[in-house]
Amino acid sequence: MKITYREALRQALHEALASDPRVFLMGEDVGKYGGSYAVSKGLLDEFGPERIRDTPLSELAFVGAGIGAALGGMRPIVEVMTVNFSLLALDPIVNTAALYRHMSGGQFSVPVVIRMATGAGRQLAAQHSHSLENWYAHVPGITVLAPATIDDARGMLAPALADPDPVVIFEHALLYNFEGELTDGARDADIRSAKVLRPGKDVTLIAYGGTVWKAQEAAQELAASGIDAEVLDLRVLRPLDDATIMGSVRRTRRAIVVDEGWRTGSLAAEVIARITEQAFYDLDAPPARVCSEEVPIPYAKHLEEAALPQVPKIVAETHRMLGRKG
Amino acid sequence: MSDPSLKPVTVTDDLALGMLRDMVRIRRFEERCADLYGQMKIRGFLHLYIGEEAVAVGAIRALVPDDNIIATYREHGHALARGVAAGAVMAEMYGKQEGCSRGRGGSMHLFDAATRLYGGNAIVGGGLPLAVGLALADRMQRRTRVNAVFFGEGAVAEGAFHESMNLAALWKLPVAFFCENNFYAMGTALARSESQTDLCVKAAAFGTPTRKADGMDVVAVHDAAREAVAHVRAGAGPFFVEFQTYRYRAHSMFDPDLYRDKAEVEEWKHRGPIHNLSNRLKAQRRLTEEQFLAIDADAAREVEAAVAFAEAGTWEPVADLARDVHTETAR
Repeated sequence: MKITYREALRQALHEALASDPRVFLMGEDVGKYGGSYAVSKGLLDEFGPERIRDTPLSELAFVGAGIGAALGGMRPIVEVMTVNFSLLALDPIVNTAALYRHMSGGQFSVPVVIRMATGAGRQLAAQHSHSLENWYAHVPGITVLAPATIDDARGMLAPALADPDPVVIFEHALLYNFEGELTDGARDADIRSAKVLRPGKDVTLIAYGGTVWKAQEAAQELAASGIDAEVLDLRVLRPLDDATIMGSVRRTRRAIVVDEGWRTGSLAAEVIARITEQAFYDLDAPPARVCSEEVPIPYAKHLEEAALPQVPKIVAETHRMLGRKG
Repeated sequence: MSDPSLKPVTVTDDLALGMLRDMVRIRRFEERCADLYGQMKIRGFLHLYIGEEAVAVGAIRALVPDDNIIATYREHGHALARGVAAGAVMAEMYGKQEGCSRGRGGSMHLFDAATRLYGGNAIVGGGLPLAVGLALADRMQRRTRVNAVFFGEGAVAEGAFHESMNLAALWKLPVAFFCENNFYAMGTALARSESQTDLCVKAAAFGTPTRKADGMDVVAVHDAAREAVAHVRAGAGPFFVEFQTYRYRAHSMFDPDLYRDKAEVEEWKHRGPIHNLSNRLKAQRRLTEEQFLAIDADAAREVEAAVAFAEAGTWEPVADLARDVHTETAR
């Protein structure tokens, strides 16, 4: 069955709400408005205002309250409009949710799920377009997910809710309208491993979230010039699945990480460090990365496009690595 | 010996003497902590509650065991008043695994699931949204539990205070907001940091009932807390109480205390919460000096036993360093 990424997310929310009375959704405009990206449209009518809970513009308080409610035995899903806004709630996520279990000597777990949109590509300018997944992936105690596929949009929520510890889910804003085939029974995705989406033998394009589809498109273009690129979807940004990453890189002997975050201190940097540490002698070329330019993402379309990782940049980087002229 | 000008204590002997005992326990415990800090047995930050004991003791006596407590980094008194064993608190200060947080938290992060003590939060205002969420969970699960969140007047300057008060009031959640106003946010006096120094006026802006209480008088604290807790438990939404109190010691062991007038400190010491209560009980002939000394001796014995327990405690093996970063069953 073909559905949108948005619909896959909505189905997952619906199923979670219908199957567990402890689950509720809370955030800005999730109810009457239907969700700023229309993910929760219709849920208020079905589940009522107690469980589809509109909040004031108080990221700090409602994310903190989600954490408190999780401590109190509920299974809250907290929606934050964008990762940029989530910075107003970094304190409860990093200083409370992530560390409560360890700091309390194992007494208090925080089974909260926090969803937020991330990424650029819709001319929303610098305060709505950043990719800060790496900030969260830096912190021990939380699991960070980045569903890029329809199956993962459908299947990652249930295991995230079943996890007794905090899980942060990043939904790339450009993917909501993306359509694809939903695999039957994609209701309980594995949230520990990366996945090879396209096998290849010459180079591994490592991506997550919105860049997965750019990597796929680049792989198709590269195929036309006789380069067989493998595409690896990280899926889980913390903890990184070293085994799958190294397995792929050892086969292709080349790695390019495509990351919409800024290059400096990026997830791409972490992935490359691990490849260098663990698979250095299996490499035929230094690992490379295609990241966002180190600028605030601009409004003007041509500038925004220039700031982001794009298919031609991935193709060019691959040709450079393989010593071929694009 | 008795002085009829002293305000009579209006609560039962059981309650009055119980509160007196708890205040003395906390005082003796913390005086010992200061010694142990000097001996380098306790390290890190150590924030003493000395002078403020009436607030935790009077307020917590208004709660039942099923209620939740969310506290600050100055929470030794709250843990002891709540019934966390003095040995487990002292062992935590030592960093021993017999401590109430296995030695991971130290002085600022006392946790105890059994008595529903949710920490021990060293982010000023950090406990406030947490309390709102715990209250939301209670509401949604149809429980009549009260969530008592303690915070200083310094936290009132944080966005977390305003956002949490608003959310709790908007959703009529069962939160008792207990503000411990000791007039100094570390070294910054209230009037130097707030345009409106009447904290009840701020809280009233959210439509919540408020009350101001003398935080040096444990009976007044208890009365105010009982009103707040009854209101919250009845499902009428949050209640804000400002307890005016004073810390006799510096902010932490690192603080040279240069920002306060020594005369001001001395003046507040005349209103000490322990003598405030004991003198009044003596005036009513409900307490003798001998009884008071016996309470003090009991407290000293309890503290020494706690120190012995902490001394005999063990260090968590380094092999367990990463234990409980995540729940074991999840991996």
